[in-house]
Amino acid sequence: MNRLVVRRTLYSNHHQPKCPWKRGFCSGGEAAAAAPASSASSGQLNHKDGSFAGDDQPYDLAIVGGGMVGMALACSLATKPLTKHLKVAIIDSNPALANKLSIKREDPPDPRVSTVTPATISYFQDAGAWQYVQQHRHAFFDKMQVWDYTGLGYTTYDARDVYKDVLGCVVENRVLHSSLLSRIEVIMCLYPECKCIRLQDTDVQKTIYPSRLASMIRYPSSSVKADDNTREASYIKAGLVKLEMSDGSSLYTKLVVGADGAKSQVRNLAGFKTTGWNYSQNAIICTVEHSVGNHTAWQRFLPGGPIALLPIGDNFSNIVWTMSPKQASDLTVMNEDEFVKAVNQAMDNGYGPHPKSNFSNGSNKFSFLGGNLTMSTNESFEVPPKVVKLASKRAAFPLSLMHANDYVAKRIVLIGDAAHAVHPLAGQGVNLGFGDAFTLSRIIGEGVAVGTDIGEVSLLRKYEAERKPANIAMMAVLDGFQKIYSVDFGPLNVLRAAAFHAANYISPLKRGIISYASGEQRLPIFP
Amino acid sequence: MLLFPLPHFPRFPIYSCSSSATKRRGTAMAAKLLSRLRQLDTRLISLQHQRPFFRNARLFSGQQIPSSDSHPSLPPTPTPTPLPPPSAGSAGEKRQRTSSLKDHELAKFAAISDTWWDSEGPFKPLHAMNPTRLAFIRSTLCRHFSKDPNVPKPFDGLEIVDVGCGGGILSEPLARLGATVTGVDAVEKNIKIAHLHADLDPTTSTIDYVCTTAEKLVEEGRQFDAVMSLEVIEHVADPAEFCKSLAALTRPGGAVVISTINRSIRAYAAAIVAAEYILHWLPRGTHQWSSFLTPEELVMILKRSSIDVEEMAGFVLNPLTGKWLLSDDVSVNFIAFATKKAEG
Repeated sequence: MNRLVVRRTLYSNHHQPKCPWKRGFCSGGEAAAAAPASSASSGQLNHKDGSFAGDDQPYDLAIVGGGMVGMALACSLATKPLTKHLKVAIIDSNPALANKLSIKREDPPDPRVSTVTPATISYFQDAGAWQYVQQHRHAFFDKMQVWDYTGLGYTTYDARDVYKDVLGCVVENRVLHSSLLSRIEVIMCLYPECKCIRLQDTDVQKTIYPSRLASMIRYPSSSVKADDNTREASYIKAGLVKLEMSDGSSLYTKLVVGADGAKSQVRNLAGFKTTGWNYSQNAIICTVEHSVGNHTAWQRFLPGGPIALLPIGDNFSNIVWTMSPKQASDLTVMNEDEFVKAVNQAMDNGYGPHPKSNFSNGSNKFSFLGGNLTMSTNESFEVPPKVVKLASKRAAFPLSLMHANDYVAKRIVLIGDAAHAVHPLAGQGVNLGFGDAFTLSRIIGEGVAVGTDIGEVSLLRKYEAERKPANIAMMAVLDGFQKIYSVDFGPLNVLRAAAFHAANYISPLKRGIISYASGEQRLPIFP
Repeated sequence: MLLFPLPHFPRFPIYSCSSSATKRRGTAMAAKLLSRLRQLDTRLISLQHQRPFFRNARLFSGQQIPSSDSHPSLPPTPTPTPLPPPSAGSAGEKRQRTSSLKDHELAKFAAISDTWWDSEGPFKPLHAMNPTRLAFIRSTLCRHFSKDPNVPKPFDGLEIVDVGCGGGILSEPLARLGATVTGVDAVEKNIKIAHLHADLDPTTSTIDYVCTTAEKLVEEGRQFDAVMSLEVIEHVADPAEFCKSLAALTRPGGAVVISTINRSIRAYAAAIVAAEYILHWLPRGTHQWSSFLTPEELVMILKRSSIDVEEMAGFVLNPLTGKWLLSDDVSVNFIAFATKKAEG
């Protein structure tokens, strides 16, 4: 048994516990908040002495980090009959979780967006959260064009190549997050004493701890005396993990899920080693506006890094532009008009010529391969729509690759960015995270179905065995792309152009690439 | 051994009640075996299907197996354990002799009882196989007792006894699935270990562990809705008597689940040569090929105790992934689900 203790300066958080959903759902919220007895079950929230009190049972799961991926796990567990009885605690100091901000349609899109693949969309649909995404701004796209600055080649992908309607959907992160929260809200009530209106069956017990994780301890079972019969001693004997929060409260749990992002506290406290390196690139993200609608995803590889233009709906698009840190800081501070000009140049004629659209060559060279020619093979090169103005602030952040060597330890598991961080060039990062979350929830369901203790390493290893190879494969592909495009070398440019042509004209390869990027589990070479 | 019997094997264990169609297809072979067995006269089987170089005399007469069968490399001193008092009459002598062999078997387990919950130790194959056999049990019991399988505690209200529970590897998940479990084992040390481990989790601390034997429980007059005896019957001196005890422990309309290893050449190669001598998964001498039962013999001796085998499945290990799967292939490990006729 390991003893994992890290002392941090405690940040005292004078959070007043009140029913967060009282505006929308709870009729008796105010009364409950006023009554001092309301701290009975939320007693852990403001117990300054850190002693354990209140709940009889330890938690089954503690999800540290209430972001998109953490909430996806909580939502998925809550919607399945086998797992909805699990007691789940969500630990996140983000006030947005407690006081849900409403997203108005009139607001310009937030620059933090994600491209969700069809696989992720189906996960959301299974969990019943996609209907809430559809109530906000979201943009399906069915075409994608990829080319580079050399002008030697381009590839167009179309959803009809794989007989589907969409390649993916671009959604703001806050929309994804709030839709998951809405789904959870609808199927549970946070504080039992609060007389919330129950819209659906609510035998789901979930508690949000609005504070930051301070330390995580799993005492060796020898540290309690055999005749010590207190409840806390029994938890220690069972090897449960004790989580201490920065506001002094603590809880015991059977399984800790680290969903707290790339700088994961859980991962550090548990001592997981990571492999990875920093890319010497930063990414600028912002929202821009066009004069016409945009329904295609555009990506151009420039000498410094790729620039991607993703439709987000209502004539808006999202820009993700990767470049060296110096260039990134220059572009962030320059005035808006200059920036818009730079973006238009980057997407159009800057850095190199347009690729030539050639149909006839393609059909002669590769028609011997047979098979159905994809629809997009015959599409000519298109110039992306011009950006008219900047619609949000520009933000820049550094890029790196990171992969935890292990995803699981006894009673601890990592999902999402805590386990892996990738380059944004293919929009796969959060999709890997959602894959982790929904897979873990399925594995936990299978474990409960056969009566396993959900903190058992053997069960968690099943999750790792499923996700690790898929994640590593995707990371390898993305890293490969990043490396290949970071070199400007004549023969290599021709090679890349040849690869563009191959992807565009060899239909089985193109279908394979689209399927792989859409979240199906096959590598593109072996369809 | 690498059979993937079903064309579209779902990620959930085969025996999930939600896919009854695949289950029906999957047990086609096993069902054919069972229907054939039910039709044949038991005596006919005993004459036709005896292995030529071995007579499974234990099942058909009161003879004991000659002591030369016992493995010389095992610890010679048996741990003193409470044994059923020899019953009066002619069976008394038989009991005396069989109990000495039982001591021998018990000693094997007593020697390694500390490692029950070490999932990398001598019981590693059992831990690995556990979720698979629980999937079978869950599916068959839910169907038999008409319980909803899609709830976390489908066995709520059922009384189950785990005969030969060992360290409680099967009993604990059964308790988590909502059953009222009684765990029975003849080795005192096992019961102690099981008790200690079960107390760690409030859901499993309700398990009633008793150091006794099936025969003693029968004498106490106890009865249960379901009787589990997994990987035990190959260690028992007299399987026919053991099955009679299991039958007596079952309420009318209840279920009996027995799992064991087939007495086949493949099982010799896999469970004894490979598992004990080559891969060292189990200590040498854990199993004796002569004590294994074929599915036909198991069905027969259960039938003699008025228990009808309804379903049978095999466990197959995929050596690449290390996962155990349920399959039609009963040639090595197999599990049988049987029921006792309801009264009236």
